[in-house]
Formats: sequence, C-alpha cells, structure tokens
Amino acid sequence: MAYQWNWGVFLQPSASGDDTYLGWMFAGFKMTIALSLTAWVLALLLGALVGVLRTVPNKTLAGIATAYVELFRNVPLLVQLFIWYFVLPELLPASIGNAYKQSDPVFQQFLASMVCLGLFTSARVAEQVRAGINSLPRGQKNAGLALGLTLAQTYRFVMLPMAFRLVVPPLTSEFLNIFKNSAVCSTIGLLELAAQGRQLVDYTAQPYESFIAVTLSYIIINVTVMTLMHKFEKRIAVPGYIGGK
Amino acid sequence: MKRLAIAAALATALSAVATIPAHAQESATLKKIKETGSITLGHRESSIPFSYYDDKQQVIGYSHELMLKVVDSIKSELKLAKIDTRLMPVTSANRITLIQNGTVDIECGSTTNNLERQKQVGFSTTIFVIGTRLMTKKDSGIKDFADLAGKNVVTTAGTTSERLIRKMNEDKKMGMKVISAKDHGEAFLTLETGRAVAFMMDDALLYGEMAKARKPGDWIVTGTAQSKEAYGCMVRKDDPGFKKVVDAALTKALTSGDAEKIYRIPPKGLNLNMPLSDEMKAAFKAPNDKAFE
Repeated sequence: MAYQWNWGVFLQPSASGDDTYLGWMFAGFKMTIALSLTAWVLALLLGALVGVLRTVPNKTLAGIATAYVELFRNVPLLVQLFIWYFVLPELLPASIGNAYKQSDPVFQQFLASMVCLGLFTSARVAEQVRAGINSLPRGQKNAGLALGLTLAQTYRFVMLPMAFRLVVPPLTSEFLNIFKNSAVCSTIGLLELAAQGRQLVDYTAQPYESFIAVTLSYIIINVTVMTLMHKFEKRIAVPGYIGGK
Repeated sequence: MKRLAIAAALATALSAVATIPAHAQESATLKKIKETGSITLGHRESSIPFSYYDDKQQVIGYSHELMLKVVDSIKSELKLAKIDTRLMPVTSANRITLIQNGTVDIECGSTTNNLERQKQVGFSTTIFVIGTRLMTKKDSGIKDFADLAGKNVVTTAGTTSERLIRKMNEDKKMGMKVISAKDHGEAFLTLETGRAVAFMMDDALLYGEMAKARKPGDWIVTGTAQSKEAYGCMVRKDDPGFKKVVDAALTKALTSGDAEKIYRIPPKGLNLNMPLSDEMKAAFKAPNDKAFE
C-alpha cells in the first residue's frame, strides 16, 4: 500500500495558523475529559437517585424510576443526542429558542452532549445501584427497621453504605464507557478527541498517524481511570465481600 | 518427503509473488478488475448535484454519470463482456483511506484536487470547477464575508471551506463562531434552524441544497468566491496505467459535449439552474488535471 508515514505532522503549524496539530489533539483531549467528567457527575447523582427509587416500596415512585431507566436505556445514544441537539431547541418558545440557537455554538454542543451522555449513563448507573441494593441480604433492611430506624434512615445508614461499595467495580466499567461514548458527540460538531482526530485527517491527509494518536489518547485516559478506580476499590472494600479481604 | 513438498510449494509461491510486480507496473487496478470482473465505485450520499441518493436510494448526479462512463470505457479497454459494479458510499473523512487501502477503486463525487491530497492519492482530469461562497436567507442582510463578523457560520467538516473560514477568522480577527457539521445535509439543517446565519461551501453544492430545500426561494447564494477548486476523480497513486484509461474516458466526455449536457439537463434528479462559469467552459474546452492550489 502506498502510504507515506509522517509523524512530524503533529509539530506542523495547523491550518488555521494559531496552533500546531498537536495543540489541536490536546484541545480535543481536554474537551473529552471535561465533557466526560461533567456528564459522569450528572450520571452518578441521577443514577444513584433513580436506582434507589427503583427499590422503594412505593409503587408510583418505583414505576417512575423504571420508566426513566427504560426510556434512556432503550433509545440509541446517537438518536438521543440528535433529539437533545436538533429537536428540543425547536420545541422552545420561538423567542427563547432563537436566542439560544444564536448563542455560542460550542456552548450549545457541550450542553446537549453533557445532558445526553449524563442521562444515558445515569440509566445504566441506576441499574447497577439497584442490583447492589437487591444483592444485600433481606435481613439487613429488616434489622434496620426493627431497630426503629425509619425507611429513609435504613437506606442512609444500613443499605446504601454497603450497596455503593459493592457496585464500584461495575460502575468503573460505566465510567470507562462514558469516555468512549463521548466520541459520539463529534457527530454534532463538538471538537472532542475523535473529532480533532478526524479534522487532522481532513487537513493533513495522514489518517494513520491521527487515528493512532487518538487510540493512544483513549487508552491513556482509560488506563488512568482504571488505575485510580482500582485504588479506590481497595480502600473502600468491605472485608468478606467482593474485593474485600 | 513432506519437507520437500513444502519447499516446492514455497518456491512456487515465491515465484508467483516475484512475477506480480512486473504486471503491476502496467496497472494493478486494471489487473484486479480484469481478474475479479468487478470494480468498486466510491460515491457520496448527499453531495448534490454531484453524487447523491435520489428518493429511491439510487445513486445519481453529475460526477456519478461521468464515473459510469469511465466504467464503460474500462469495460471495453479490458474487453470484458460484463463488469460488476459495486457501489460504496464514502464520506469526506474516509474517502482517501478507502482509495489507498484498495476498498474503492475510483471515487467521483465532489473531491477537490489539491497538492496535500496528491501526496496520498492520484487525481483524474478535472471534471468540475467550483468557487467557495455563502448561502444565506434572502432577508438576512448578509452580502459578503465581511458581514459575518461576530456571527455563527456553518460549514461542512473536512472541506476546504472549513479550512478557509477558520483561517479568515484567525487572520482578520472576525470573531466568527464556526460550526463544522458532519455533512452538507446537516450543515443546511443548521442554517435552516437558525443556528447559523450563513453556510459556506462550494457554490454548486449550495445550489444543490437550495434546490431540495422546502422553500428554495427563501435562500440565496452570495459573496465573493474565496477560492477556486478543481474536482477530480480519485484513483490510487502510482497507477498511471489506470489513470490513463480514466483520463481518456473523462476527456472524451468533457470535450464531446456529453458532460455539458449532463450539467445542463441532468438525466435524473434535480435541475439546479446554475449558471455555467468561465472556469467550467475552460474545463470543457481543454481538460487537464491541474490543482488550483
């Protein structure tokens, strides 16, 4: 295959003249991290809440939580993103919608991406949290209630401290997924890592160097996340349970 | 005995490998087409009027018609009774790679022939010349690029327009916010929904988007062309034998008036009513494969 390798391409000044192509990749790297982390915070908070609600005795609350999970888990991520980015602003009152659409495009893209990724992942986090709570022996809840704790107190002091520790390993894999899923956001024009990689191909016609750099960047991110989460897992492990000693 | 058989097989294999380059010098692509009896054509999905799907998901367009003419002449060149054509949709982002790795044999769509790309792929004779301009709402008050300062502007990712507008923004400190949409259809959607006040792209593609808009009369193409670009068909680099056949077929179509006929009255699909530029007249008169930049 006639391909000319040129690793020096990253040090060339970029097409817009204000940076090098390495600078572009780094900007994408930062964008991927910023997007994934903010979306992860959203996913964790909402996911924990919805996951707990799925296990409460109140049928209405549990039903709402189930509907939430099924909605965000069963619609493809790309479709959700297009709905957040293209469809929702059209449903706003015309004056607000137009003002929003005239605002900084990067802000619009980031907001839509963050909400989309956050809610999509929150449904998955909710399932993990629910599984964690359901995996606890029944006796723990009953014991809490028998001691005179209210249901909320039982959750707060007995069940959740155990459940959250148990679900750290599956949550790690969701955390890794959110970084990988963030690449979908390049389809609405957000210049994250994958999009910068694609831009580099367009501008320099050096696809292999670019995609290798993108691949390595994702590996660096995910290996770092895995290492940190592994340490975290060890610290909070419950003796006698998964991962504990 | 077994060892001997392996050695013999190895020797045959080696000699077979050794003989390939001799034929390859003629044209690896033609040889492959002859052997498999098939050719893979790269086309675009929404590059109106060059290469796009019609409402029945059939590929049509100016470039595509020319590519089919090229296939016809390859067929007669190789004296094949029948040639299987496989259609492969490509995007701005993957077209160069797909040509290089052999997935696609020829791509006629809306690919600009420039020096950067010539390092990676070969280009045929120029089939079209465009200028990069703006599309905007008729009543937007935008006449030229200077009116875009501080506004949101959309373009398609991976195009020369994207490069030009980012550079202009940087050089002239215009404070534009540039949105890079995934394809022309999505870029137009961004313009139509009011996210951007103007859409910078190759003028022919702008006329194409306009022709299929819900209300074509609402839009105008305006502004001074920021660059002239020559579209060519992409082929593999270092295969002059194949390029020669492609060029000959295209030159015949361009000079005989066939190409102009397709341009003026497309056999299928949208009629753009786009004026014929001086550059296009020159391309029909004296075809060449020169890039503008």
